[in-house]
Amino acid sequence: MDVKYYLRERFFPHLWCAGCGHGIVLNALIRAVDSLAIKKKDMVMVSGIGCSSRISGYVDFHSLHTLHGRALAFATGVKLSKPSLNVIVPMGDGDALAIGGNHFIHAARRNINITALVMNNRTYGMTGGQFSPLSGVGTKATTAPYMNIDREFDTVELASAAGATFVARTTVYHVKQLQSMLKKAIKHDGFSVLEVLTQCPTYFGRKNRKGSAVDMMNNYRDTTVPIGSDKKKENPELIERGIFVDKNLPEYCQAYADLVERASA
Amino acid sequence: MEITRYRIIFSGSGGQGLVSAAIILAEAAVLHENLEAVQSQSYGAAARGGATRADVIIADGPINMPKIAQPGILICMTQEAYNKFSGLIRPGGLLISDKKFVKITQRVDARQIELPLYQTVVEEIGNPVVLNICVLGALIGMRGIVKKGSVEKVLADKFPPAFMAGNQMALDIGFEMGFDYAQ
Amino acid sequence: MAKKITFVQGNEACALGAMYAGLDFYAGYPITPSTEIAETLAVTMPAAGKKFIQMEDEISSMCAIIGASLTGNKVLTATSGPGFSLMQEALGYAVMAEIPCVVVNVQRGGPSTGNPTHVSQGDVNQARWGTHGDHSIVALSASNHQDVFRMTVEAFNIAEIYRTPVILLFDEVIGHMREKLIVPEEGEIPLVARLRTSLKEGVNYHPYLPREDGRLPMSDFGDVHRFNVTGLYHDMWGFPTDKPELVQDLLRHQINKIENNVHKMTFYKSYFLEDARTVLISYGSAARSALSVVKQRRNRGESIGLLELNTIWPFPAELVRECTQHADLVAVVEMNVGQLTQSVRLAVGDQQEVHLINRVDGQMIIDKDIKKILRILQGRGI
Repeated sequence: MDVKYYLRERFFPHLWCAGCGHGIVLNALIRAVDSLAIKKKDMVMVSGIGCSSRISGYVDFHSLHTLHGRALAFATGVKLSKPSLNVIVPMGDGDALAIGGNHFIHAARRNINITALVMNNRTYGMTGGQFSPLSGVGTKATTAPYMNIDREFDTVELASAAGATFVARTTVYHVKQLQSMLKKAIKHDGFSVLEVLTQCPTYFGRKNRKGSAVDMMNNYRDTTVPIGSDKKKENPELIERGIFVDKNLPEYCQAYADLVERASA
Repeated sequence: MEITRYRIIFSGSGGQGLVSAAIILAEAAVLHENLEAVQSQSYGAAARGGATRADVIIADGPINMPKIAQPGILICMTQEAYNKFSGLIRPGGLLISDKKFVKITQRVDARQIELPLYQTVVEEIGNPVVLNICVLGALIGMRGIVKKGSVEKVLADKFPPAFMAGNQMALDIGFEMGFDYAQ
Repeated sequence: MAKKITFVQGNEACALGAMYAGLDFYAGYPITPSTEIAETLAVTMPAAGKKFIQMEDEISSMCAIIGASLTGNKVLTATSGPGFSLMQEALGYAVMAEIPCVVVNVQRGGPSTGNPTHVSQGDVNQARWGTHGDHSIVALSASNHQDVFRMTVEAFNIAEIYRTPVILLFDEVIGHMREKLIVPEEGEIPLVARLRTSLKEGVNYHPYLPREDGRLPMSDFGDVHRFNVTGLYHDMWGFPTDKPELVQDLLRHQINKIENNVHKMTFYKSYFLEDARTVLISYGSAARSALSVVKQRRNRGESIGLLELNTIWPFPAELVRECTQHADLVAVVEMNVGQLTQSVRLAVGDQQEVHLINRVDGQMIIDKDIKKILRILQGRGI
């Protein structure tokens, strides 16, 4: 396939640091869309603010680069007003779950057919490495110089509890799984959440002595296991990868179409 | 050139339907008698209970001021409302109150008419929910303002047919009681 | 066909006006005293096959209508004080990305939770400057339900012509009171449709390259032209830029498209201004009381008149200057501490002293309040 067919070269070079995991997500996204044979004109990328959100400008889809934390709210307007569009919302961990936390749980509750991509690098990269709601206790950040005391969210548990009907997690090390999960998430008829662990060697890595980008990716290999793995029973610290939720419940735009029928009857 | 102008305050407690009565009166004037009307209400956080007040101005020309400083007609359906608003009444005005709810304690320069509206509605219809329509009937029985038929048209448009009989009875009862005091 | 006469609240008149204007998509969050707009639309929109959504807050409501505007829809949200504060960031986004949309603020007493069920006109300058950064904005007002309907339709028209958010600045008295509304017949008020590019697929479309007449044709998300929309300063393709000349050009374009067309979007009413020595300036429900005073005093032979502004922003300074130049006394009647008075003073300059007649206790200013202050201003004692 021709990756460049999907890229806006005018936008390049991209702004991500060398070693950033976000480019791997971009690559996987393009391949997923290509293999699903979705027309570019039927794709809308809606993003907020942060390093991750810039992904929307790099692809040759309709792209809406919005406000910090509000991407899902804009996306809800796009999707409900024109349900035929495929709407993907790439977000960072702070974007999705700190400032955007309320929109995140309510989009999940509505089960609107949007693909939420949480690119979790455990830090605010664009503003220079402050702690996020996914950094976790004991990490260091420019705003947590004495070590972070804030507990972290578990994106998967949060999304599941809020009602998302497709919830999955993988990492940028597991590129094949990333691609196949992206395909499933896009195809899923309902609100889908895919958390992708992606390294920020510049800030999170440096502050927390995680080594190079390669070291951080190897770390994803070593500290994650497939759902249900025996290793997890032995070592509860390991992070599970896989599809946690995949169920069919009434999708919001369809439910609205049904409501219109009732109202105009 | 003096234009006809009615300034009416319906006062009582939230849930008595007095705002609805005010709206029905104003709708009858505007939709069926080619008059102008403005209706507003004082508005608090509580949906039930508390003092409520609905203002209606009806005229045959433009109405600029929606709020009433001095009502020509004041209807009081609770003691609290009576205590609070009876001092506002325009000299020579009309004060209508319900015997069950209001004890007349103040001397005001107005014609004060106490009617057993609540008691009659309960005795003859059995359901106090239509008390507001009875109040409205008494008002137009006493002072005209709009034709009874206009109010009936509004009621027929506003409520399901099942409610019409009760509303009609309440309107008729009130109208007759009010008509006795027509001048 | 006989005209349809209704007896409605101002909020309902606004909702009816929005439907008349071709409203496709509404997103909102309940808040007093604007809620009846949402309640009315929750009934009428689904029945007409239009989209109505109650969002999780006012922030998301404002964001959702911007998203829906980009797929080619006429969009609306409605709120009051605190909700309007929450919408400010996304309102600025609509300014920057030039998104047609209409925002209703039924004003109540503030700041903060303030006086939720009582009237105020305290958001006049928030409407102008509430979102951060240099920008211009359009805000319309009305003092009666016929004008609420009319201004709502005009708001949608201005939003489309100038690709801008338009604010409808109503107030609690207008929103809640009921009076007659004669619903205009179809075609009676002209409607402006979305201007879409005529460029075919494969021809370069520049979403932010104005035509010679200054207008920017749009292309709906989902159509063949794919482009970037951002809240960053951007070039004609919608790509982010910080090049000084492009930043300045875009900022000036966004301000000039409004300020250079003030005359085209100025709506007002004048009452007895031809020979008026005393000129009152007012808007919204306060203008009803001002008009009452003017009529009472005219009956007694006083040369007094009223300029009622339906367009608050961009401020019609030239009109205000013209209407006040022969006056002995100019006073602004408003329910705040003098928010529009400031703009009137700027417009009039040294030519006139401009007085404020106000009330800020949550109660509607009435004819007596105005007359009392006028007597003092006219040197006739207290």
